[in-house]
Amino acid sequence: MNLTKEQLLTMYRQMWTIRHFEDEMAAAYMEGKTPAFDIGSGPVPGEMHLAAGQEPVAVGACMHLRKEDTVVGTHRPHHFAIAKGIELNKLAAEIFGKATGLGKGKGGHMHLFDVEHKFSCSGIVGASFPPACGAALAAKKMGKDWVAVAFAGEGAANQGSFHEALNLAALWKLPVIFIIEDNSWAISVSKRQSTAIPDNSQRAAGYGIPGVRVDENDVLAVYEVVGEAVQRARRGEGPSLIEVKTDRLYGHFQGDPELYRPKDEVPTLRANDPILRFGKQLLEQGFATQSDLDAAREAAKADVDAAFAFARQSPYPAPESALEDVFVS
Amino acid sequence: MTNERELTMAKAIAEAIDQEMERDERVFVMGEDVGVYGGIFGATQGLYDKYGPERVMDTPISETAFIGAATGAAAEGMRPIVELMFVDFFGVCMDQIYNHLAKNTYMSGGHARYPVVLTTAIGGGYNDAAQHSQCLYGLFAHVPGLKIVVPSTAYDAKGLMISAIRDDNPVMYFFHKGLMGLGWMKYHPRSVTPVPEAPYTIPFGQADVKRTGKDVTIVSLAMMVHRALDAAEELAKEGVEAEVIDLRTLVPLDKEAVVNSVKKTHRLLVVDEDYHSFGMTGEIAAIVAEEALDYLDAPIRRLAVPDVPIPYSRPLEQFVLPSAERIAATVRSMMG
Repeated sequence: MNLTKEQLLTMYRQMWTIRHFEDEMAAAYMEGKTPAFDIGSGPVPGEMHLAAGQEPVAVGACMHLRKEDTVVGTHRPHHFAIAKGIELNKLAAEIFGKATGLGKGKGGHMHLFDVEHKFSCSGIVGASFPPACGAALAAKKMGKDWVAVAFAGEGAANQGSFHEALNLAALWKLPVIFIIEDNSWAISVSKRQSTAIPDNSQRAAGYGIPGVRVDENDVLAVYEVVGEAVQRARRGEGPSLIEVKTDRLYGHFQGDPELYRPKDEVPTLRANDPILRFGKQLLEQGFATQSDLDAAREAAKADVDAAFAFARQSPYPAPESALEDVFVS
Repeated sequence: MTNERELTMAKAIAEAIDQEMERDERVFVMGEDVGVYGGIFGATQGLYDKYGPERVMDTPISETAFIGAATGAAAEGMRPIVELMFVDFFGVCMDQIYNHLAKNTYMSGGHARYPVVLTTAIGGGYNDAAQHSQCLYGLFAHVPGLKIVVPSTAYDAKGLMISAIRDDNPVMYFFHKGLMGLGWMKYHPRSVTPVPEAPYTIPFGQADVKRTGKDVTIVSLAMMVHRALDAAEELAKEGVEAEVIDLRTLVPLDKEAVVNSVKKTHRLLVVDEDYHSFGMTGEIAAIVAEEALDYLDAPIRRLAVPDVPIPYSRPLEQFVLPSAERIAATVRSMMG
C-alpha cells in the first residue's frame, strides 16, 4: 500500500464526514414530517436519496483525483460531492433550498453543480456516462492529462446511455473511468431480477476495455483498482469499467417502506460497516491510534455540524429569483 | 346502495386495470417497480399479488427497451400497459414514443394497431425540482398520433383508464402525483370521489364542467382544476361566478365545450401547470380567438409556469406554480 498515514486518516475522516452528513440529513429530513409523513413538508422537502454505506466507493475513487478532474454523479450524490471536495456549507445550503447553496436553491439534492470543483450530477438514471465522456474528450482535445469519472448505480448499467458511452469512450480512447456502485437494489428491483449477468464489469469485454469487479465494500480495495484505471487514463490508454459491491444502509429514498427487502439485510450490513472495518484495520496495522481515529471522527462531525448550522441560518432566495438563470447573462 | 364508496385516484386506476386484466387476458403491465412495490405512485397496487409476475412485470431501468417492446407486443395483438415512472424520464425513450408508437399507425396507412397505454406521473408542488416535477402533456399532445388523458378525480380516472385500455390506439395517461391520494404526499381532497365498483367508461374528447358559472370560463386540467375550483369558491363570495372546465383529455380535445362556455361567460382564463409558451394555454386561447373572438368582453388570460424549469426551493417553486390566490386575482383583474 503506497498510502501515507496522513492520507489514510484523510480517507477515514472523509468517510465519517459523509456518514455524519447523511445521518444528519436523515434527521433533518424528518423534521416537519411527523406524525403524518408528507414529502413536501419540513426544512428539507422533496425526494432524499442517502448514500450511507457507500462511502468506500466515493472516497476510494476520488483520492486519485485532482481538482481539474471531472466527476459526474447520480441521484444519490452527496458522498461523491463530498469526496470531490465540494464545500460542505454550500452543499448543505443547497439541500435546504437556501440562497447560499451551490445552485442558489434552484437545483436541490439531486442536481448539484460545482463548476470550480468540476462536479455535477443528475436525477435521471444513466445520465452520468455521456457527459463524463465529454469531459474526457475535452481534456484530450486540450492536451491535458485530466480524467473524468462517471459514477452510476448497477441499475443504470441497463440503460442505453451506458452502452453507447462505453463504446464511444473505447472507440475514442477517452480518459474516462466508469464506476458502477452495485448496492443490489434499483429501488425495489434486485440486480438478479433486472440484469442478465451477475457482474457488470464483464460488459467491458463487449467494448474491448478493462473491466474489474471489486467484491468487497472496502475503501482500500476500491482505491487500488481505481488507481490503475486513473493511471491508465492519464497515460492516454483509454477508459476502464469498474463495478464495486457496496451497501445501501437506508432505503432508496427516505420514507421508502422497503417491503421488498429481506428483514435481516440492513442489520447484517450495519454489522459489517465499512468505516468501522477500515478503522479497525488502521489500528491493527499500526497506521493509527485510537485517539487518531477519534480525532478524525470528531473533526468530521464538527465540519458537518457547522455546515448544517450554516444552511439553517442562511436566507431563502427571493421568490422572484425563480425567474433568473434560465440563461447566463 | 345509497352510500357509494370513495376511492383515491391511485386505487381507482388500479381497480380499472384490474377489471380489464380480468376481462381481457391480452392486457398486461410492464414498468419499473410496478410489481411487488405496486408502482411508486400506487397505480398498480395489488395487481402483482393477483396476477403474478407473468402479467405484472418489473423491468430493468431500460425504458427504450420496454416501451419499444410494448409497441411491438401491441402490434402482435397484446394490450400492454407500460409505466414511465415520471414523465420527466421521457428523454431516455422518446424515440420509441415520438417516432414509433405515435406514428406507426399513420405510416402503415391505418393498417397497424398499437393498443398501448403508457402511464406516467406528472406534477410538482412537493419540491422535487426540475427533473421530477414537470407535466409535459403538451409536448406529447403536440405530436400527432397519441391520445392524451389527464384525469383530475378518482371517478374520471377509472372511467378514462378503462376507455384507454379498450382503445385500439396509443394512449398516454398522465396522473398527477398530488391527486393520487398517497399516504406520503399531501393530496387535494377533492380528488377522492365516489367510484362505482362496476366497470364503466368515459369517452375521450368530452370535457367535464366541474362547476357552472356565468361570469368567466376557467379552462384547466389535473391539479389546476382543483386550484381553479378553490379560486371559484372564493370568487363566489364576491359575487363572481366562474365556470370551471376540466378538459380531461387533450387529444381528442373538446373544443365545443370551451367555445360554448366562452360564448356564455364572455371571458376566458386558461390555467396550466405545464410551461407557459407553446403549450396548452396557447392552444386553447387560439381556438377561442378563432371561434369566439366576438364574444369576448376581456382579453384572454393565461396562467402557467413562467418558462423556467421547476426550481427546488419551496419559495421559488411556490412562486412559479399557479395558485388559487393567483387564479382569483387574475379573474378579478378581468372583471372590470
